[in-house]
Amino acid sequence: MSALLEVDDLSVAYRAEGGDVAALRGVSLTAQAGEVIGIVGESGCGKSTLAAALIALLDANADVTAGEVRLNGRDILSLHEDARRKLRGRDIAMIFQDPMTAFSPVLTMGDQIIDFQQHTGLSRAARRERARQMLLKVGIADADLCLRRYPHELSGGMRQRAAVAAALMANPALLVADEPTTALDVTMEAQIIHLLRSLRTEINGAIVIVTHHLGVIGELCDRVYVMYAGQVVEEAPVDDLYHAPRHPYTRALIACDPGAIATRQGVLPTIPGRPPDLAAPPPGCSFAPRCPQADATCRSTAPPRVRVSDRQAALCHKVVP
Amino acid sequence: MLGYAIKRIALALLILVVVMLGMFAMVFVIPGDPASIALGPRATPELKALLIQRMGLDQPLLSQIWHFFRAAATGDLGIDVWSKRPVLDVILEVFPQTLLLGVVSLGWAVVLGIALGCLAVIWRDTFIDRLLGVLSVSMISVPSFVIALYSLLIFAVWLGWLPAIGAGQKGDWASQARALILPSFAIGVTWIGYIARLVRASMLEVMGANHIRTARAFGLPETVVVLKYALRIAIVPTIAIVAIGAGSILSSAVFVETVFSRPGIGTLITGAVEKRNYPVVMGTVLFMTAFYLVVVTAADLLIARLDPRVRDVLRG
Repeated sequence: MSALLEVDDLSVAYRAEGGDVAALRGVSLTAQAGEVIGIVGESGCGKSTLAAALIALLDANADVTAGEVRLNGRDILSLHEDARRKLRGRDIAMIFQDPMTAFSPVLTMGDQIIDFQQHTGLSRAARRERARQMLLKVGIADADLCLRRYPHELSGGMRQRAAVAAALMANPALLVADEPTTALDVTMEAQIIHLLRSLRTEINGAIVIVTHHLGVIGELCDRVYVMYAGQVVEEAPVDDLYHAPRHPYTRALIACDPGAIATRQGVLPTIPGRPPDLAAPPPGCSFAPRCPQADATCRSTAPPRVRVSDRQAALCHKVVP
Repeated sequence: MLGYAIKRIALALLILVVVMLGMFAMVFVIPGDPASIALGPRATPELKALLIQRMGLDQPLLSQIWHFFRAAATGDLGIDVWSKRPVLDVILEVFPQTLLLGVVSLGWAVVLGIALGCLAVIWRDTFIDRLLGVLSVSMISVPSFVIALYSLLIFAVWLGWLPAIGAGQKGDWASQARALILPSFAIGVTWIGYIARLVRASMLEVMGANHIRTARAFGLPETVVVLKYALRIAIVPTIAIVAIGAGSILSSAVFVETVFSRPGIGTLITGAVEKRNYPVVMGTVLFMTAFYLVVVTAADLLIARLDPRVRDVLRG
């Protein structure tokens, strides 16, 4: 059986002055229906580009240089723009990072959420009623008032609940959430995580959560892909990733997670150095310049993808099966 | 919304009063005794005294101001010293010419400006975009009286295509339209540049906004995205600029009407200042300020209608 979502060796480059920037370099991942996938990495690792590719909404200056994104076996990136547009909001839905700016400031929430259901062909009144029901489901008590409000009249948590509701109303095969809790404060974040967890069963398709926050991954996901410099450096079920991380970058990432640090220290641990320049990626392992275990081979030769179990693999010279 | 409207209108009235007080002060700073200028060097002191009395210049300043405001509130702007007609009648007789000139100038500035701005967005970062940029900045930088003089020289004097002076024959639409082309071009050209730049910038900004991406991510057709989600926001700064432009166009009209010898508020006020015809000067300034404030207030209310955030910020 082929997976619901298959990303196969996907490479995406941004055209820029002074050379192209390789944002994704041979990324592969799969997601089954009912599965929640996490994509984690620091800023600039390509996870937002991956999210944009998953909903077939890459920027105009982005080129798919290799690979495919297949949804139910169909390559969505090679479709005509009109066909891609029809996928969005129906088969694919997205929850955006910043609920502050994700909605148009000059239209009411109701107006927008009604527009977002345009593919249903229902009357505006019927769409409004659907929206009302869904808002109640995501925990907005006064759904009618919420629909009449403008985005700036709602709290960040309310807006993100409304964004979740809008995405759920598409009843999508694939739900992509790009940093769904990053712009929220801690209490709101907990509420939204709780909401997404309770709604997991509502969604028949796969959920992909893109975040830099390991806590969110731990709370929500079944499997995790760790990204670094446009590549997936490790994939593992969430428990294995926390308890037996194999790639040095994953280990460093977990060591830096403030939520996971057991003993109080004077300074937060950090990963020294910075990610490589993706306009000119290093010849060997991308993480080698920052890796404590790196040797001459790491710096000169691209690392192999080493399978440590049927569900865990790492892109590293130092990992032995 | 109603509270906001009342606030805006009250503010407009306050501005009007302040402008008139400033105007009074300036009239008294200008050298030259209006009666001597009106009556010439050989006027007798008795005649001068009579005229000064008729113009109300012998009364204390505060009392003059009071009488002026009281009369203005009832629509009486005084009597033209020269023609002995009510000032309001004199103004209303020429105002349609200025209004027509302003509306036509601004009208094609808006149409061409928005079109050029959108073209620049469509062909962003290409040669055409840069060419339009240079063109816009050139149009902004050249003062309207320079355009007026050169277009007069080229199209009226050298080529003889268009009339050089006047507003055309009364009742002959074609001749009036032909007489409008050069003056409205002279006034409008600056604003084409402004509006084109502004529309380009605000469209680019809005099209890159997150909520446009959201609308696309939900599969809305591109026409809906552009017309409902983008243009509605991008048009707001343009409305504000056009309203402010209404004021600037009125002052350009003073130059341009003089250059083209068109009847209008501009020629009226220039003549009145030269002759120290104070009732006409005061009346015209009051009328134009009021007109300008009406336009700006209407634009503010329209913007508040389009953008709920403005409404809320100003409601406090």
